Amino acid sequence: MPDPSLSTSLFSNPIGWAALAPLVALLGSLVNGLFGARLREPLPGMIGSAAVGVAFLLSLAAFVALLASSESSFSLELWPYLSAGELQLSLGFVIDRLSVLLMLVITGVGFLIHLYSVGYMHADDGFSRYFSALNLFVAAMLVLVMADSYLLMFVGWEGVGVCSYLLIGFWYAHRPNADAARKAFIVNRIGDVGFLLAMFLIYRTFGTLEIAAVNDAAGTLVYGSSVLTIIGLLFLLAAAGKSAQLPLQVWLPDAMAGPTPVSALIHAATMVTAGVYLVARSAPLFAQAPDASATVAWVGGLTALVAAFAALGQTDIKKILAYSTISQLGFMFAAAGAGAYSAAVFHLFTHAFFKALLFLGAGSAIHALGGEQDVRKMGGLGRLMPITGFTALIGTLAIAGVPLLSGFFSKDAVVAGVYTSEWLRDYGGVALYLVLLLTAVMTAFYMFRWYYLVFAGRPRYGKESAGGVHESPATMTTPLLVLALFSVAAGYLGLPAFAFPHWLNGWLAPVIAAEVPFLHPSPAVEWLLVGLSILAAAVGLGTGYWVYHLRSGRSLQRLGNGPLGNLSRDGGGFDALYRNIFVTPAAGTAGGLSAVDRDLIDRGMSGAAGVTGLFARASTGLQSGFVRIYAMTMLLGVLALVMVVLLRVLLGGAL
Amino acid sequence: MVETEYYVALSALLFAIGAVGVLTRRSAILVFLSVELMLNAANLALVAYSRQWSAAGQAVAMSGQSAVFIILAVAAAEVAVGLGILVAIFRQRASTDVDALSEVRY
Repeated sequence: MPDPSLSTSLFSNPIGWAALAPLVALLGSLVNGLFGARLREPLPGMIGSAAVGVAFLLSLAAFVALLASSESSFSLELWPYLSAGELQLSLGFVIDRLSVLLMLVITGVGFLIHLYSVGYMHADDGFSRYFSALNLFVAAMLVLVMADSYLLMFVGWEGVGVCSYLLIGFWYAHRPNADAARKAFIVNRIGDVGFLLAMFLIYRTFGTLEIAAVNDAAGTLVYGSSVLTIIGLLFLLAAAGKSAQLPLQVWLPDAMAGPTPVSALIHAATMVTAGVYLVARSAPLFAQAPDASATVAWVGGLTALVAAFAALGQTDIKKILAYSTISQLGFMFAAAGAGAYSAAVFHLFTHAFFKALLFLGAGSAIHALGGEQDVRKMGGLGRLMPITGFTALIGTLAIAGVPLLSGFFSKDAVVAGVYTSEWLRDYGGVALYLVLLLTAVMTAFYMFRWYYLVFAGRPRYGKESAGGVHESPATMTTPLLVLALFSVAAGYLGLPAFAFPHWLNGWLAPVIAAEVPFLHPSPAVEWLLVGLSILAAAVGLGTGYWVYHLRSGRSLQRLGNGPLGNLSRDGGGFDALYRNIFVTPAAGTAGGLSAVDRDLIDRGMSGAAGVTGLFARASTGLQSGFVRIYAMTMLLGVLALVMVVLLRVLLGGAL
Repeated sequence: MVETEYYVALSALLFAIGAVGVLTRRSAILVFLSVELMLNAANLALVAYSRQWSAAGQAVAMSGQSAVFIILAVAAAEVAVGLGILVAIFRQRASTDVDALSEVRY
C-alpha cells in the first residue's frame, strides 16, 4: 500500500510549485491561440517552448524535492468541484514517484520536440496554431498524470484526445488528413466509453473516485471478485483505445497524417502511454483481478506480434515507426498485465526517448527530401546528414534491444517479468514469453530494414532533390543529440534486477506496491533469459543485414508480393474487417433511415404545413382592414353568445 | 322608487344606439362618442342593479359601484390615448374617415 500521502499546500515547497506546470503550459497555449496570429514567426515557437521549458523546470524541482524527501507521495488539494448530498467530488493533484517520472518525460521530451518544431514548422501558415495546440496537449497530459481522482484524470484523458485530433488534422485542407483525425477521435471515443463505465462502476462499488482510496479499498475486496475483473476489463478497453492496442489499434498508423514532431510527441512518447499509466496507477486494483490482468497481458502480447508483423511490410517511413510504437506499447501492456508494473513504466520511460528520437530523425529525413515519405525512394542519407544518421542509428539499436543501450534493459525487464510472473503461469505465461521473444526478433529486423532503407545503401531519390539534401538546422539536430544521449543512458536506471541494483524498482516500489507473486528462478536461468534477449536482437539484426545488405532485398521480393506481404502492408487487414463489420452496415442503416426521414417524416411535415397554409390563405380574406367590419363581426359574435345563454336559460339548462 | 326595469331598459336602449353609431358612423370622432355611449349604458345598468341590491341589504351592492369607477377610469384613459392617435392621424391625412384607414391588413 502507498504511504499515507502528505497534504501539501501550494507554494510551501517545490512539490507544490509543480501544480503550476499544467497552468504554465495552458497559459502558453492561450497566448499563442489568442495573439499568435499577430506575432512574427519565431516568437510563437519561443513562447511555446518557454512555457514547456518552465513546466519542465517545475517538474525537475518537484523530482529533486521528492528525491530528497523521505515521503514518496504528496497530494495537493485544489478545490471542491461538486458537492451534492453524499456525492463529494474534489479536484486535486497527486505528485508521487510515479507521476513525477511521467511529468519529467512529458515536459522534457516535450520541450525538445517544441524546440525541434521551431525548425520543422518553419514558414508554415499555422505556425502559432501549431504551438497553441502542442502546449494545450502538454497541459492536458500533465493533468492526466497528476490527477488524484479518476474524474480529473478523465479530463486530461479527453484533453489529450482533443489535442491529438487537432494535430493529426493539422493540415486539414487535405481530405485524408481530416479523415485520419476523425478516425482517431472516434476510435478513442470507444475507449472513453470504457473509462466512463469503469468510473460509474467504481463509484457504485467504492463510493469514491479518488485513485488512492480506490486502490486501498480494492485490497479489501475478495481476490479475483467479478466486480474488480469487470472494472479491470473496462479500464483495458479505455487503455486499448488510448494506447492503440488490439482491437482499437487502427487509428495510430493513420495518425501519421499529422506533422512529424506531433507523431513523435503524441503518438509515440506521451499520449499513447496514457493507457499503460492508467494500468500502473491502478496497480493494486489489477493485482486483485488476475483474470483482467491476464487479459491485459495477452492483449499486449498479441498486439505486439500483430503490429510487428504489420511493420515488416510498410513502405512509409513514419508508418513503420507507428506500427513499431503499437508493438512496443504491447510490450508495456504485457508487463503491466504480468504484474511487473515497474518494468512497464521502465519501458515506457526508455521508449519515450528512443521513439521520439526515431520520429524526429524520420522528420529530419522527410524535411531534407522535401516531404518524401516512401522509404523506397530514400537511401544513403546517412552520409549527407551525419548527425541525423548517427542519432537514428542509436535509436534503431536501442529499440532493437542491443545490449548496453536503454531499450535492451527495459525490454529485458519486460520479458523477464512476463516469464517470472507467477499468476500468468495459469494463463500461458511461457507462451506469452515466446510470443514476445519472437516479436523482439521481428522488431530488430524491421528496424534494421527501416534504418538501412533510409540512411544506408545507395540513394534512390530523384536527381532533382539530390542537390537539396542537407543536414537540418541546429534547432532540429540539438534535440536529436540530447535524445540520443538519453536513449543510451536511460537504461541504466534499471539494470537486470537479479544481479545488479535496479534503481527504478526501488524508486517506484512504495507507490505502485501491489502484492504480486513472482517466481525467482536461479541466476543461471536469469542469465539465460538475458542471453535469449540478446540472441533475439542479434538474429533480427543479422537477418536484416543478410537480406538487405548482402542480397539487396531480393530474397524477400517474392514473399513480399504474396498474400502474406499484402496482409502485412494492410496492417493485418483490420481496416477492411472493420469496414465490412461496422462501416458498411452503418452506412446502409444510415441510408435507410435517411430515406425514411426524407420520404416519410419530411413529406408528412410538409403535408401538414401545406394544409395549415391552405387554411391560412382562406382566412386572410377576413382581415380586410375596415374597422367597422371588425366591430360588426364582434357584435355578431357577442349576440351569438348572448343567444346561447338565453336559450340555455329558457330551455332550463337542457343545452 | 323607480323600478329597476326602467333603468335597465334605458341602458339597453342607450347601448343599442351606441352600437348602431359605431357601425354606421365613418367619422372617427363620432365612433368614439358612440363607444362612450355604450360604456355609459353599461355603467347605468351597473348602478341600477347596485341600487336594487343595496335596497335588499346585500353587501354585494358595492361591487357594482366600484365596477363603475373602474370603467370610468378606463374610459378616461382610453379617450386620452384614442384622441392622441386621432390627432396624429389627422395631422398625417387631414381626415378622420375610418374607412380610409384600412391599410393594416394582411
